[in-house]
Amino acid sequence: MMRCRITYRKTAPLRYTGNLDIQKIWERYLRRAGLPVAYSQGFHPQPRIQQACPLPLGFLSQAELADIYLDNDTLRPDDITRSLQAMPYPGIEIAAVEEIDLTEATLAGRVIATEYLAEWIDPLDADQLTSKASALLNAPQLLRSRRDRNYDLRPLIEALEVLPADSSHNAMLRMQLSARQSATGRPEEVVSALGYAPYDARFTRTRIMFTP
Amino acid sequence: MTFDHTMLQKQLERILPTVQKPGRYVGGELNQIVKDWDGVETHIALAFPDIYDLGLPNLGLAILYQTLNAREDVFAERVYSPWTDMELAMRKSSIPLYALESHRPIADFDILALTLPYETLYTNTLNLLDLAGIPLYAAHRSDQHPLVIAGGHACYNPEPMSAFIDAFAIGEGEEMIHDIVNAYQAWKRSGQPRATLLKALAHVSGLYVPALYEPDYHPDGTLRELRPLDPAAPRRITKRIVAKLPPPPTNFIVPSIDVVHNRVAVEIMRGCTRGCRFCHAGFINRPVRERPVEEILQAIQTALKQTGYEEVALLSLSSSDYTQIIDLVDQVSKHASENHLTISLPSLRIETFSIDLMDKLKSSRQGGFTLAPEAATDRMRATINKPIAAEQLLETARAIYSRGWSTIKLYFMIGHPSETLEDVRAIVDLCKAVIAEGRKIIGKRAVLHAGVSTFVPKPHTPFQWAPCDTQEQIQAKQQLLRSELRGPGLKMTWTSPKDTMLEAWLSRGDRRMAEVIYNAWQNGAKFDAWQDQYRYEIWQVAFEQAGIDPAFYTHRMRAEDEIFPWDHISPGVRKSFLLGEYRASQTQSFRSDCRESCFACGILPTFAELRRANPGKHWMCPEVPIRKKKAVLEPVAS
Ligand code: SF4
Repeated sequence: MMRCRITYRKTAPLRYTGNLDIQKIWERYLRRAGLPVAYSQGFHPQPRIQQACPLPLGFLSQAELADIYLDNDTLRPDDITRSLQAMPYPGIEIAAVEEIDLTEATLAGRVIATEYLAEWIDPLDADQLTSKASALLNAPQLLRSRRDRNYDLRPLIEALEVLPADSSHNAMLRMQLSARQSATGRPEEVVSALGYAPYDARFTRTRIMFTP
Repeated sequence: MTFDHTMLQKQLERILPTVQKPGRYVGGELNQIVKDWDGVETHIALAFPDIYDLGLPNLGLAILYQTLNAREDVFAERVYSPWTDMELAMRKSSIPLYALESHRPIADFDILALTLPYETLYTNTLNLLDLAGIPLYAAHRSDQHPLVIAGGHACYNPEPMSAFIDAFAIGEGEEMIHDIVNAYQAWKRSGQPRATLLKALAHVSGLYVPALYEPDYHPDGTLRELRPLDPAAPRRITKRIVAKLPPPPTNFIVPSIDVVHNRVAVEIMRGCTRGCRFCHAGFINRPVRERPVEEILQAIQTALKQTGYEEVALLSLSSSDYTQIIDLVDQVSKHASENHLTISLPSLRIETFSIDLMDKLKSSRQGGFTLAPEAATDRMRATINKPIAAEQLLETARAIYSRGWSTIKLYFMIGHPSETLEDVRAIVDLCKAVIAEGRKIIGKRAVLHAGVSTFVPKPHTPFQWAPCDTQEQIQAKQQLLRSELRGPGLKMTWTSPKDTMLEAWLSRGDRRMAEVIYNAWQNGAKFDAWQDQYRYEIWQVAFEQAGIDPAFYTHRMRAEDEIFPWDHISPGVRKSFLLGEYRASQTQSFRSDCRESCFACGILPTFAELRRANPGKHWMCPEVPIRKKKAVLEPVAS
């Protein structure tokens, strides 16, 4: 058995596909690519595919990670990349494949922070966005409520940065948010705390950060 | 009007995060086919008027999608009904109904082809037309509007929807759809008005163009005649069939979200020879045609490669009757165990051999084992022509419980013609006998789930003359079942009598039903197939507004010589044969499987030419001999 870490981009065709369905899609992708995924033991064997960190529905991503276990020891990362690219799956773009030690801790347990880009669907005033963002960072606390639960958003925000518009995109907000157990910041919450409608922005995850 | 793709994308980006399962509305799935819009002559929107989750796995649409897109001059796309939340959002933002591949508005297409497998999709069909901005009534459409056609099992009685559909395709679509496209293209190139197109379509075998006919009624409301108004309109429209099942589709679209069936589906045979008298599918899908084992295996292999699916369903009306079933199951199961595949094989007969088949397929014991006895007394079984000895059912049940299944699902129907409360009580006794066997074998783990639906006499079946039970009758029968079918391990589900009424009006109605359907839609009816959406009162009002008594369609015993609203549609089976079967049901006479001996139901004379040209065992009716030409003896020139 071998374990491979796949870094991939989740693009438009799978934007509205949730995490459970992405799991299925990986299973089908591997079958199509002829890669022999390993199954868990037990009464209902499941293919061993582990996502690092769930991505909210409607988000795109430039940096998704999944560990897959294959019933094979001889394949090299290059072979795997080639097999996957030979049978492309709409909505998944392979960025990197590396072999990982079987004993290494799972990715999901080591996530500490995630980075997102919010790009506004229609043009907006970048200066205004910048001043709102610095006001937000200066606030001692940001009390909000989500699904009937009150919480403070401020400590979950690790960094904010405004990227002005250029010829290819409208103004964007880069944000680094905490993603620890029970301390996970949601980018839509940041956007609405800034006073914008969350659905006016398009979200892309750009990085997942782990404990070493 | 030019199509602004970016504008629509932006609108959708704002709306989609606010609706349930937005993945239903974006397309872009694996194996979707996309073509350059301007590079093809004819654009066809294939529509299933219910949500994506139900429509995507529809095998009929998958077949049409493949065969149409195989043509270079055609681009066929998909469209489904948006769920209520998405519909609201679309109407609020004035987004017209669009196709999933190109995101173009449906109104821009040449042909809108609807599949109508069941009648409860009728109000959704009107809603779909409305969302697309296409006039609901066929008569109100002009040359600019798409041609609206419909096919599917419900279309064997097209009359209730005849005001809304330009042409109905009766029977199997694989070949007919190309004739339709060709006729359409010829018309479009000719620049003639829409009326010319309708006449041209009436010449296509299997197509029914309702605008070319006019009904005439007796004073008592029954039909006197459906009069053709044009020489192009045939008096009788005979369904189309394919002589030999073409290779099955393999390049299935794989949804990016969970839908009702996520699997490769292969139709192993079409039709059924059992002749159960209640069964609509059994009469309209004759004759039986099988696919060769080799072709099925090949299709499975290819489809699995193309889709990556983990499940395969082998479909037919009666799997146990497939001639090479053992061979097929052996070969498929070999492949399955090597590849972590799940194989499903529905519609098995009530015999222990069925368990052997499931065993070979290493079928999961989780979902339970399903059997459909349909009735519980010998008298009822003879009436409906589904002979199963109670002892054989018990023996099968014993074997199921002792071979690893803890749940058995039994499907019954109440409301068969001449059924009494005694016949219904027998369902209770039978279920109790089955669960008692289960408890003897596996104790408290044994579960028996009785699914009791209510029979609606369907057009083109021997029971088309029979009335449907009234709501009171159905309630009394269900009451009896609910109070007596209880006890440890017993579960029961049933159909609401109101749902049954709707099914009965819509399937047995005539042209006057169109007004009722329209009223109901205007009053807010849609998603009638969904229990939580269907509202009986709306339909009551709709009937009142139209001045029609619904009981006329449902509870009237029809005279043997009555002309039915669907008599001009021929499934190839003769009305006289059906009447014979109806009479046989009243004397409880069995009719055996027609594979054993042909009962001359009418299929062979109807399709004699086709059968003669396609001899062989794949088609289960007897062969039709080649007519011998009289040899003319001519003097040999010397
Ligand atoms: S023609 Fe004969 S064999 Fe064929 S379906 Fe009819 S009864 Fe059966």
